[in-house]
Amino acid sequence: MTTGEQKTDFDLAALQAGDRAEFARFVEAYSGQVYRLALKMLQNPQDAEDILQETFIKAYKALPKFEGRSSLSTWLYRIATNESLMFLRKKHPIQVSVDAPIENDEGQERPRQIIDWCCLPENELMSTEARANLDRSVLQLPESLRAVFLLRDIEGLSTRETAEVLDISESAVKTRLSRARFRLRELLSVYYSERMPSAV
Amino acid sequence: MYLMSKHNHDHEDCSYLLGSLSEYVDGTLGEMLCEEIERHIADCEDCRVVINTLEKTVYLYHATTELETPSVPDDVKERLYKRLDLDDFLGKPE
Repeated sequence: MTTGEQKTDFDLAALQAGDRAEFARFVEAYSGQVYRLALKMLQNPQDAEDILQETFIKAYKALPKFEGRSSLSTWLYRIATNESLMFLRKKHPIQVSVDAPIENDEGQERPRQIIDWCCLPENELMSTEARANLDRSVLQLPESLRAVFLLRDIEGLSTRETAEVLDISESAVKTRLSRARFRLRELLSVYYSERMPSAV
Repeated sequence: MYLMSKHNHDHEDCSYLLGSLSEYVDGTLGEMLCEEIERHIADCEDCRVVINTLEKTVYLYHATTELETPSVPDDVKERLYKRLDLDDFLGKPE
């Protein structure tokens, strides 16, 4: 994690001993990332707040057992991601897409939108409305792809860190990231092609 | 520009290369596969569009994330610190 790795200067012994001041520093350092992850996973501020609180409560309780096999930030992301995924599974026990994309033999979806929208001006690609669409598109990803995409492309974790957070292989991270990006590309292609000058 | 090209080659290659494109846009793909993709897209307009838009998709998410500082709204932070019994540390500089 590019952001988190810069914040590893915590006194682990103090954290594990329940030092409140050190734990407050820990919360201050990571609450922004945990909240952003939960918000983008769930797209609901109230639910994200619940995940934020539960993550730090669980972290505080589990810190004495933290063995340092991963960085503190990766460990915290693991708690936050698991909380978010559990929340989603409770809320939507079965998710079936009625518009499942076409996949080839290796499970990679075939692109359907072959429209070059890259020439749209930056201010249109990143307008307030377009940015809201970026978030909405993430929400359309299945949970397993959404988690990988958010950890890799939004939170900036490495493939190895993402694999540790989700307890899956690095190869599974790469496959899921690829599928997530292809699905987002399809969704963005639909959105931006409607904004191409020739489409008006 | 609105591209809807006609393929003038076998589609097998496009399908075969799809799984490598995510790593290709990250610049983490091996040299041999990169060369294979570049040879392929020299002759395949559709795949060129797919790569360009995939690259732009990743770029847009990275760029918009860089514009946001991950922060917690004040009221949410206040309730978090209270729940964690850390109210006395709220607003204290590090």
